[in-house]
Amino acid sequence: MTATAAVSEPARIGGGTSLRRSRRWALVTSYFFLILFAIFFLIPPYYMIVTSLKTDAEVAHLATNPWIIANGVTLEQYRLLFRETDFLIYFKNTVIVTLCVVAITMVVSVLAAFSLSRMRFWGSGMLATGIFLTYLIPDTLLFIPLFQIVRGLGLLNSYWSMVLVYPTLTVPFCTWIMIGYFQSIPKELDEAALIDGAGYTQILLKIFIPVALPGIIAAMIFAFTVSWAAFVYPIAFLFSADQQVLTVGTVTSLIKADVYKWGMLMAGALVAAAPPLLIYAFLMDYYIAGLTAGATKG
Amino acid sequence: MADVALRDVVKRFDRDHAVRGISLNIPDKEFVVLVGPSGCGKTTTLRMIAGLEEATAGDILIGGEVVNDVPPKDRDIAMVFQNYALYPHMTVFENMSFGLRLRRIAKAEIRSRVEQAAKILDISDLLDRRPKQLSGGQRQRVAMGRAIVRNPKVFLFDEPLSNLDAKLRVQMRTEIKRVHQQVKTTTIYVTHDQVEAMTLADRVVVMNGGRIEQVGRPQELYHRPKTRFVAGFIGSPAMNFLSCRLERNGEGLLLRLGEGLVLPVPPTHTARYQPSAGKALIFGLRPEHMTEPRGEGRDPRCEFTVTLDVVEPMGMETMVFFTVNGTEVCARVEPDAASAPGQPMRLCANLNHMHLIDPATELVL
Repeated sequence: MTATAAVSEPARIGGGTSLRRSRRWALVTSYFFLILFAIFFLIPPYYMIVTSLKTDAEVAHLATNPWIIANGVTLEQYRLLFRETDFLIYFKNTVIVTLCVVAITMVVSVLAAFSLSRMRFWGSGMLATGIFLTYLIPDTLLFIPLFQIVRGLGLLNSYWSMVLVYPTLTVPFCTWIMIGYFQSIPKELDEAALIDGAGYTQILLKIFIPVALPGIIAAMIFAFTVSWAAFVYPIAFLFSADQQVLTVGTVTSLIKADVYKWGMLMAGALVAAAPPLLIYAFLMDYYIAGLTAGATKG
Repeated sequence: MADVALRDVVKRFDRDHAVRGISLNIPDKEFVVLVGPSGCGKTTTLRMIAGLEEATAGDILIGGEVVNDVPPKDRDIAMVFQNYALYPHMTVFENMSFGLRLRRIAKAEIRSRVEQAAKILDISDLLDRRPKQLSGGQRQRVAMGRAIVRNPKVFLFDEPLSNLDAKLRVQMRTEIKRVHQQVKTTTIYVTHDQVEAMTLADRVVVMNGGRIEQVGRPQELYHRPKTRFVAGFIGSPAMNFLSCRLERNGEGLLLRLGEGLVLPVPPTHTARYQPSAGKALIFGLRPEHMTEPRGEGRDPRCEFTVTLDVVEPMGMETMVFFTVNGTEVCARVEPDAASAPGQPMRLCANLNHMHLIDPATELVL
């Protein structure tokens, strides 16, 4: 018998495996709820996919199980959507509007956030709060006065009016996000750059934008989502099919009075959801990666 | 390279005075350390020299020219920050060359200057890394490298070592001194650590409450402090202060410290202290000048017995603490001379190093 074995085990408080057991419980509970949520949120997309791959006859047939495809998979709904409707025009319009809105939003909000977070001037704090407050006015209220403005500018029934009005939603929020990001950049970084010989423009372009890239991407994702999914403004300001965007266009062209083209609606919704999905998938890692680590101590 | 001068420089933040009118001349190539407790205005002074803060009043001169209205980039200075302030998205090479690239210096020239600075700082292997891949000491070297490559007129250091652990701090301290001996650029260094100040500086500027208390060489500040603040701030452990009464004793003078503790003022000091005889004063003596009785020619009149409260062995020496008239006093004795806490110990004061301070003016007599 060895010397160590001769020493009796000290009494453990609360049982030897309590820590391991509680960790296992935490894991089990986490998995349970995560799976529950995943199922809950994946049911609608699943239903959409299944419905979009059925024939109109099967969708309309009340006796079949809506959760499975009984009469064979068909891409007919997608073919009809692209050939027989103006879906591709809506898609093109939406892409143009979204790209312009994201570009305008980023330019305006990055510049605004930089000046509000770094150039201390009289009323800068109040302005920052003011910008955020404008975001709190819902678009359902704002579209009435905006209608007058859009009509005054002669942009009624033109998707360019969307390029003008969406930034009223995106700029305040993105500016707010960017102010937070820029404020988290240590002040010494711009002071070091100032001493190194950089002007404010160079500090913004060479230090702030690269360092705050995760924040800028977060703001871009937000601007993209808002602009891609907006509904109130296009339904209020756009009437003709050639100017319409995806959200309103899909609904108005595929629901005729009480006739719902369920198959095509689901196909259209899925195609419309694809770009945001791809963007989230590719930019998420970038968004999460903390570039600021190592800027200063720690 | 250039000299730096401050003339009655004042800095106010709203109504608070951070710097209350300081004047200072720093000759070319000198290493000056601004030292003082937090809030004494040392960092504000440095930032005004850098151009990161505007002086409320007074003139700041670099190389003989008033630079009050010159932006930081045109002052030809380089600064090392407490938290390094490295650009996180750039490699070490890009960090060090950033200032040179902004000044549109030829690529070959940039490369040779960066490589030379990297060699001085021993970071040649790290040029392709990013700041987050570096240790604290390496980051600090890169921050210094960024300053060196610019070959500026003045180096400014803002507490550059306070984020490092104790061992690394000592290493980097030596490194900074070595670099200064090599490049010989005028350097202004801010710290709250008096050991750093003493070891690095050609001259130390002790600041307190927005004013300069004393400027002098490290040894001068240690041996001949002008104010109670400097006497207490320089030296570790700090100087002991005891209230006392200076009394005449025939031709000589006596210090009455109460509780029957009476010490004779050395004859060499009598003339200086004669005018203050009869006054209540503050007696100052450093722990290293209060030891166990040792050596020859010792004066038994300077010896006294105390009861120890705390004993702190440091290895090469031992600190002993005791109270005199309710004031804690520290003495520095040989390791084997110290007795245990609660035990009496015989100590001897070397009064050749004593200071007397006027409690009203806080000035050393």
